[in-house]
Amino acid sequence: MKIVVCVKHVPDIQSERTIGDDGRVVRDGGDGTLNELDENAIEAALVLAETHGGEVVVLTAGPADAVDAVRRGLQMGADEAVHVLDDALAGSDVFGTAAVLAAAIGLVEEEGPVDLVVTGMAALDGLTSMLPAALAAELGIAQLTLASAIDVVEGSDGTRVTVRRELDHATEVLSAMTPALVSVTDQANEPRYPNFKGIMAARKKAVTTFTLADLGIEPAAVGSSGSRTRVLSATARPARENRVLITDDGEAGRTLATYLVDNKLV
Amino acid sequence: MSGSPAGPVLVLLDHTADGMLRPAVLELLTLARGLAPDAVVEGAWVGGDPGPALGELGEQGLVSVHHLDVGVAEPHLTPVVAQALGALVTATGARLVLGVSSFENKEVAARLGVATGAGVVTDASGLELDDDGAAVADKTVFAGTWNTRCVVTAPVAVVLLKANAVQAEPASLVTSPAVVEHVVEIGELALRQTLVERTERAGSGRPELGAAQVVVVGGRGTNGDFGPVEALADLLGGAVGATRVATDEGWIAHDAQIGQTGVTVAPRLYIGAGVSGAVHHRGGMQSAGTIVAVNSDPEAPIFEIADLGIVGDLFVVLPQAIEELRRLRG
Repeated sequence: MKIVVCVKHVPDIQSERTIGDDGRVVRDGGDGTLNELDENAIEAALVLAETHGGEVVVLTAGPADAVDAVRRGLQMGADEAVHVLDDALAGSDVFGTAAVLAAAIGLVEEEGPVDLVVTGMAALDGLTSMLPAALAAELGIAQLTLASAIDVVEGSDGTRVTVRRELDHATEVLSAMTPALVSVTDQANEPRYPNFKGIMAARKKAVTTFTLADLGIEPAAVGSSGSRTRVLSATARPARENRVLITDDGEAGRTLATYLVDNKLV
Repeated sequence: MSGSPAGPVLVLLDHTADGMLRPAVLELLTLARGLAPDAVVEGAWVGGDPGPALGELGEQGLVSVHHLDVGVAEPHLTPVVAQALGALVTATGARLVLGVSSFENKEVAARLGVATGAGVVTDASGLELDDDGAAVADKTVFAGTWNTRCVVTAPVAVVLLKANAVQAEPASLVTSPAVVEHVVEIGELALRQTLVERTERAGSGRPELGAAQVVVVGGRGTNGDFGPVEALADLLGGAVGATRVATDEGWIAHDAQIGQTGVTVAPRLYIGAGVSGAVHHRGGMQSAGTIVAVNSDPEAPIFEIADLGIVGDLFVVLPQAIEELRRLRG
């Protein structure tokens, strides 16, 4: 089974995250990291490959720093890494990114069919959660999204993937034959930490770099020029004013009640 | 707000299996009516019979509801919804589609974007039209620490709005919506996945967490005893939420988890009890109107964003507050 895991390099959520005058996330602060939720995707792919045999390719599209994200995937145990690196990618929206990742998966497929594409449930910078469904649509394969549990059964008629997912109002079980895209939630597993052996082994693994020209994608179709939305303004939210911090002296419950009534909150 | 979109504004009418509207849809309809003086708002209803909701939709002044009959296809599958909605966008010439921001609708919007070239904004907290009729949406990002405003530059815009973005209000003129029937042929691509099982969660008797005006949240500090949290929520007519720790410990169901990967809430009043305020949690509640926090740890990060912070024992403070609220209300 060949599995491609799509990952993103994002600003560390514990760092001071900012948006530049161009309306884009500032990505060169040196605080970049593999999107935490993508670790669940890598873990899910590694477990599937360990259980059913096969190889795991980690794929990212992004600036030079983004190679750190796929390297982390290699350290965790992935076999190969692909980095789509092109200046024209800057400012891509989810649809540009989906088109680029789909084209890159197409190139990976030249060395053998891809059975599963695995992603995280969201990237902790944009948090739109749209990439998995957009990518499945671009690839024309089944989408099994927001999996908190994955079950793979290999049969004589092909491989069937079944996932359980928790939605706002319901729990669902979805199923499809491969090829399919699976996105996993942070409930799906506990991602492993790269061990020393993994870190050493990753040093010997090469990262294949593709440009947009390799993918046959026109630069104008992606990046800011291809984006279907434009940021008009971005401002840091002002701190809340008139904040009060008290220590309970035996009256804090009554203070709380009075506060709610006085501020017409109840 | 001045320009008018060409074609109708389509509102995706999320509903339960038995045909009742999800409450947040009423907010979308209220917002859509106010977008432009001559805005034509039409509903999009996928699967089932819209009959049970027509009364409520009439109170929202809706003139027509498009019933998208997907035949034997499963109307809960988001690729099916996306394809049906795509067909309706083409048929009506709609330039703006509104939906409630939910996990399912984000999938619908993503697929609609791929199929139609539409531009999408998710988790919007506000929406208006610019002079050219283009959709301009407000959205907070980075765990609620930045406010952004963006315009959809593609010919078709899909905007998903968070619950509580506006207050739902009835229209001044009550209508009897006409149901326009469409039979949509669902293609093979949308049928590649099958729905094996779907279990709708039973209501808790409390307001829906994502849409509630008041949310009382329990965290690690409850040590698994949600008694005072639930009592305060019930007194205030609010919903009960939880942190990741509390759901992981099994103290409360996973669907109560507030945060970047769980439910995002923007209530008028948020009360956190024994909640430390990790960045993951803050990302799901920081746009609340008023934030109250009770925690025994004076260093808890939630105190950095609380309008009223109380360093104290929640098992003392909450019961006292409940007693006092009862007294003040007579």
